[in-house]
Amino acid sequence: MYDIIIVGAGPAGMTAAIYGRRAGKSVLVLEAASYGGQIINTPDVENYPSAAHISGFDLATQIYEQAKALGAEFAFEKVTGIEDGDVKTVVTAKNRYEGRTVIIATGSENRKLGVAGEDELVGRGVSYCATCDGAFYRKKTVAVVGGGNTALEDALYLADLAEKVYLIHRRDQFRGDETTVARLRERENVELVLNSRVTGLIAEKKLKAVEVTDKDGNTSQLEVNGLFVAVGRVPENQNFASVIELDGAGYAVAGENCRTRSAGIFVAGDNRVKDVRQLVTATADGAVAATEAIKYLA
Amino acid sequence: MAVIEVNKDNFASEVLSSDKPVVADFYADWCGPCKALRPILEELSGEREDVKFVSVNIDDEDELADEYDVSSIPCVVVFKNGQEAARSIGIKPKDAIEEMVGGA
Repeated sequence: MYDIIIVGAGPAGMTAAIYGRRAGKSVLVLEAASYGGQIINTPDVENYPSAAHISGFDLATQIYEQAKALGAEFAFEKVTGIEDGDVKTVVTAKNRYEGRTVIIATGSENRKLGVAGEDELVGRGVSYCATCDGAFYRKKTVAVVGGGNTALEDALYLADLAEKVYLIHRRDQFRGDETTVARLRERENVELVLNSRVTGLIAEKKLKAVEVTDKDGNTSQLEVNGLFVAVGRVPENQNFASVIELDGAGYAVAGENCRTRSAGIFVAGDNRVKDVRQLVTATADGAVAATEAIKYLA
Repeated sequence: MAVIEVNKDNFASEVLSSDKPVVADFYADWCGPCKALRPILEELSGEREDVKFVSVNIDDEDELADEYDVSSIPCVVVFKNGQEAARSIGIKPKDAIEEMVGGA
């Protein structure tokens, strides 16, 4: 039996672990594969106070080591559900862990396009991270799908590497920054494919082309070596719908105090309803959720 | 056992001609998820004497990355008798890697 079980070892969950341990509570952190969360994909973090310039992986490692040194336990098992009660049970593929409180800090994952063959082609042409995989497409042809800032910035980043970049967006206006759009329009090797959706992936062991359908229903094919999907993120709350309330987009409904409708179950980080999703707001949630859990235990 | 760095000159002898199954980790120094995956592979290499673990730096060994169609990292490729037997992209838990290796 643990005082606090934390689901997710990103910045929010690991910060909650630090606060829990410093209050003398027993803490178990559960994570599917490895600590760090989404931030480890970021090569340069420059907006975390006191760390003027650090890689996301190094920052995550420091938080992990701090939590470990304080005595937080970590187990790498995917959590499949939570059962509420006076004692909460956190269920993984292999074990059932009992805790007096639970903090859900699972963050979010990349939204998929939902086109046939997408999963099989990840690593064979389909990618969700331009800064991770862009280097493989030097002097090649790529497409980016999406209309937000991530898609725009990905297209701009790839325009420096690839020979040709298509930016495919289902509307004729972008949600992202005007200045980024303007910079993209200046690039000779960027072609905007607007009012269009990706409706098919053509592959022969690896991606060869994408099928695009415009708003009038006309389809065409674009030959590409790579497709970068930047259509947003999805909170990882699906397994917890029985104990927490989710909004229409799947985010956990909880105020700044991180409390959910189940007493003793809290949410922290990017999977919570909020306006600003940044490292500092994630770690802040971790501190608040742990403090609320400690109050609940008192 | 540890994870041994290989290159295009010894890839055939270390990987393709290996009598044990080989887990090859295609990585880069700038890749955070690759750094997160490595300790998992190192831990497994300590437990599985019957499997060889190697790493391929895709920036230094772009010909190997190209030859094996690696276009997203971390990319783990399992070789058995010189042939690709399984592949995964991204950080995977230890048991998922073991499952890829199979009974060896």
